[in-house]
Amino acid sequence: MQHNDAQLSLNQKKKFVTTFFFLQHLKRSIKGDNLFIVVTAAASSSIIIIMALMIFKIYDGAAPVFERFGVNFLTGLEWNPVEGMEAYGALPYLLGTITTSAIALVVGVPISLGVAIFLAEIAPSSIRAPLSYIIELLAAVPSVIYGLWGVFVFRFWVRDLIEKPLSTYLGFVPIFSGTPYGLSILSGGLILSIMIIPTVSAVCREVLLSVPATQRDAAYSLGATRWEAIRIGVLSYARAGIIGAIILGLGRAVGETMAVTMVIGNAIGPSALPTSLLKAGQTMASLIANEFNEADPVSLHPSALIGVGFILLLSALLINVAAQILIYRVRMKGVVE
Amino acid sequence: MWSKTNYKIRKFKDRLIISLTVLCVILAIIPLTSILIEVVVRGLPAISIEFLTSPPGVIGQAGGGIANAIQGTLILIGLSSLIGVPLGVLAGVYLAEFGDNPFGRVIRFFNDVLMQMPSIVIGIFVYILVVLALGRFSSLAGAVALSIIMLPIVVKTTEESIRLVPNLIREAALGLGLRRWRVTLSIVVVAAKSGVITGIMLAVARIAGETAPLIMTVLGNQWFVSSLFEPIDAIPLRIWRLALLPYDYAHQQGWGAALVLITIVLVLNVAVKALTRTKFSGRVRV
Repeated sequence: MQHNDAQLSLNQKKKFVTTFFFLQHLKRSIKGDNLFIVVTAAASSSIIIIMALMIFKIYDGAAPVFERFGVNFLTGLEWNPVEGMEAYGALPYLLGTITTSAIALVVGVPISLGVAIFLAEIAPSSIRAPLSYIIELLAAVPSVIYGLWGVFVFRFWVRDLIEKPLSTYLGFVPIFSGTPYGLSILSGGLILSIMIIPTVSAVCREVLLSVPATQRDAAYSLGATRWEAIRIGVLSYARAGIIGAIILGLGRAVGETMAVTMVIGNAIGPSALPTSLLKAGQTMASLIANEFNEADPVSLHPSALIGVGFILLLSALLINVAAQILIYRVRMKGVVE
Repeated sequence: MWSKTNYKIRKFKDRLIISLTVLCVILAIIPLTSILIEVVVRGLPAISIEFLTSPPGVIGQAGGGIANAIQGTLILIGLSSLIGVPLGVLAGVYLAEFGDNPFGRVIRFFNDVLMQMPSIVIGIFVYILVVLALGRFSSLAGAVALSIIMLPIVVKTTEESIRLVPNLIREAALGLGLRRWRVTLSIVVVAAKSGVITGIMLAVARIAGETAPLIMTVLGNQWFVSSLFEPIDAIPLRIWRLALLPYDYAHQQGWGAALVLITIVLVLNVAVKALTRTKFSGRVRV
């Protein structure tokens, strides 16, 4: 040992000692803080792992049907799981999802905006908190209960109050043709419009509340009425955030499954094309919910349903990334100001 | 003269729009009121000891209950919390305490995206990941799906409530010579406890009512289960199946099950409200 020691230069010795202590230090800190950070960071990376694995696995599961049908999977109308006659075209359901989501936005967004304006700008402070809470409770009601209520209650409201007058007076217009039955694309869209109200109105209210008071004061000082102050000073200022809220609502509408499944009537194939609002239809999510358990594992049927799920995944991803970016930008703006 | 009528028009417009916003609020509340009334009025007659303690009877004959669905929902909530809560709390701790870096921002972004992911897509994912791998529908698969739904909610609420803990507390603890991990776990997380619990309860309320991902993971079952590797029932799944049956008794049982489910969900939500209130008084004390 001593012999070895003699051979080491002073410099090497120094290096050895510092390395030794550095390693000791590292060992201790790995045991404590660093280990802790590594564990928590690993837990957070689970989120990215889940997202990545989800995209990969679902694409992988859908690959057989993509390979077999190619673009026809997106543009085809036929949906037939019978062996030997298999055909899978997702277009009617894609259009079904677009139509119901559009109805949900057209009806739900103005109401949500009205609710948000009332809660943020008009309501006396004593009823503000309880009312916001009641609206938030709408979001807590499980989807399947909306569906149950939709099938046994709401369906008849839609049939008697909206569909019957529509078909009587406007039945000659193609999109209002058909027998009022209550289980229709219109019912699906309307129940979605109810379900997006809590999401959209909560985010809008938050955005409106973050608008600085000087915006309102400036409008008032120019002689604006209350509505004019809201329109000019508040709404135009909060536009980006409101758009973010609407896109978030769209995301909810696109992915919502159970309630729509129960009231939309569940048509299949070309008849599911949303040519009339009063017709039975089908969305991508409702198709998956309806058929998943009946799909024969040997056929392409599960793969086709997974393929529809992949389209749904991509649309949700796109919509939500857009919404998050918009809302983040508004938040940044709020931080800067 | 002209300006006077103009002012009247503007005043009228103002009144009109403000009454329209009130109308919007009323329109938004009608469905909630109707749902609550219908669930209580139609569900209450279905509730009985038998309904709550026995599994479903023969299809097409009245009788039987939802006891196995209640068992299933409780098992699924327990199992998915077992997976989702520790993971979510740890991730939330990371984001709040060490997450001010690009990695943290990426995680936060994808957490928000995952939170809005349609639950049926998560169901498909877990079907491929767990059901196909094990070769059978199982409560385990359902728990994995529900924990993925739960995870982002727990992460977000944990992060937000830990961020509310004042830095003074951290500095005081570090000043006493405690290590960072010790400060975080025994001081900061404990101080943020009620917020974290609130988030967990909200997540539980959310997964208690999830149906879509259960269709392709747990399938449903007529009987009680004794193993985690067999199909299991859940209240929302049972409501769906009952609503699809063409029998009046089934519909009534569906409403009864809905009453049980909505009670669980609303009790959790109201409890959260109560908890947050005490949290605020707690914050003043701190």
